[in-house]
Amino acid sequence: MTATLLLPAVLRPTVGGQAAVATEAATVGEALDRLADQWPQLERRLRDEQGHLRQHVRLYLGDTDIADLDGMATRLSDGARLHIIPAVSGGSC
Amino acid sequence: MTDVVLLIGTRKGVVLARHHGHGPWQLDPLQLVMSEVYGVGIDQRRAVPRLFAGATSPHWGPSLFHSDDLGRTWAEPERAPVAFPEGTDTSLVRVWQVQPASPAEPEVVYVGVEPHALFRSTDGGVTFDLVEGLFNHPHRTQWVPGGGGACLHTIVPHPTDPSRMLVALSAGGVYRTTDGGASWEPANRGIQAYWLPEDQRFPEFGQCVHKLASHPSFPDRLFAQNHFGVYHSDDYGDSWVNIESGLPSTFGFPILVHPQEAGTAFIFPLQADSDRMPPDRRCRIYRTRDAGAHWEPLGEGLPGPGYHSAVLRDGMCTDGGDPAGIYFGTRNGEVFTSQDSGDSWQLVADHLPDVLSIRAAVVA
Repeated sequence: MTATLLLPAVLRPTVGGQAAVATEAATVGEALDRLADQWPQLERRLRDEQGHLRQHVRLYLGDTDIADLDGMATRLSDGARLHIIPAVSGGSC
Repeated sequence: MTDVVLLIGTRKGVVLARHHGHGPWQLDPLQLVMSEVYGVGIDQRRAVPRLFAGATSPHWGPSLFHSDDLGRTWAEPERAPVAFPEGTDTSLVRVWQVQPASPAEPEVVYVGVEPHALFRSTDGGVTFDLVEGLFNHPHRTQWVPGGGGACLHTIVPHPTDPSRMLVALSAGGVYRTTDGGASWEPANRGIQAYWLPEDQRFPEFGQCVHKLASHPSFPDRLFAQNHFGVYHSDDYGDSWVNIESGLPSTFGFPILVHPQEAGTAFIFPLQADSDRMPPDRRCRIYRTRDAGAHWEPLGEGLPGPGYHSAVLRDGMCTDGGDPAGIYFGTRNGEVFTSQDSGDSWQLVADHLPDVLSIRAAVVA
């Protein structure tokens, strides 16, 4: 399955300035595993070194948070669009 | 005054200040924006000093950046420069300390991190490996987080003997190695853990050491600022002597040793852990010139009464020059310098985000 990950502007320098990257994967977790090889700087901003999604990162499949689906096991259909969202809970003043 | 670069880690990024001759300080724009920079370092063993910034984005996690053009650009490797290996079930929270090793090991750099661990680089600080001798120490599971986190916040390499090194962690205390990091022993004899029952206040480990400092030419001479208590050792941590007599309070975070005067140290006392503001609400450095026998307040050029800010554990440094520049940054976002061993102070910068870490170097 080919899935497209859509990046917020702040992460685009990690993939050469692209707004989106495509990867072949059957699940969300597999897509991130592929990212670790293709774009390691991007992948480690989404997951820590033990593979846990960072606390203030949200991944939306279409308009649904994968936390409300099957998490990393969420299956991707061909042409799926996975949005990377910095949660409003993050940040520092 | 010679040319100096001052690397300032703040809660919202890193700033480089430059000083040429007798001119004003010049501040570069904030970089690594919206990252908390708890640990900065300057490796002066290179022709062009390599700068380091341990930066943690609240969203995107921690990393360690380096700069080989004095802060104009910052880089990190493709793979995580500092990461716990598989099988540890542990993830990096932040880099607290960046410390180049002795000149005898020109490509070795250490970082201290949260959760409690030490990492070693042999490629000049680009990639790091876990120091397993300390991570596998049987005490590790009994170390607890201090208020700032479970951090290994101080690394003191021996200036001439690469096999010897000290680290300090909150709250675990001081540990030292004499075999290059393969094995570690606690070195806290005489340091009090005031919060324990009265008959248990001098444990083998578990003290909340806030900062440890040594003199570059007399490495057996150490100073420590604790969570209550200021201490001195003249035997590389075999034993510690309380040197808080004459201080207005014994709580604080930074402690700095003068690079030329082995008996001179500087601290920024706070009233107490329940009142983390300066005594009498005055911005004052306290200095000893006799290894803690006497202390004197220094405030010429510093803000007047009604001061409520604080200096964090890595918020004080020296440029190592002769004469030495002394620097400290505050949680108000101010940075001050003294060029006369603390007798008087001048403002370098203000209105920065709160200062978490600071390092300085004299450059050609």
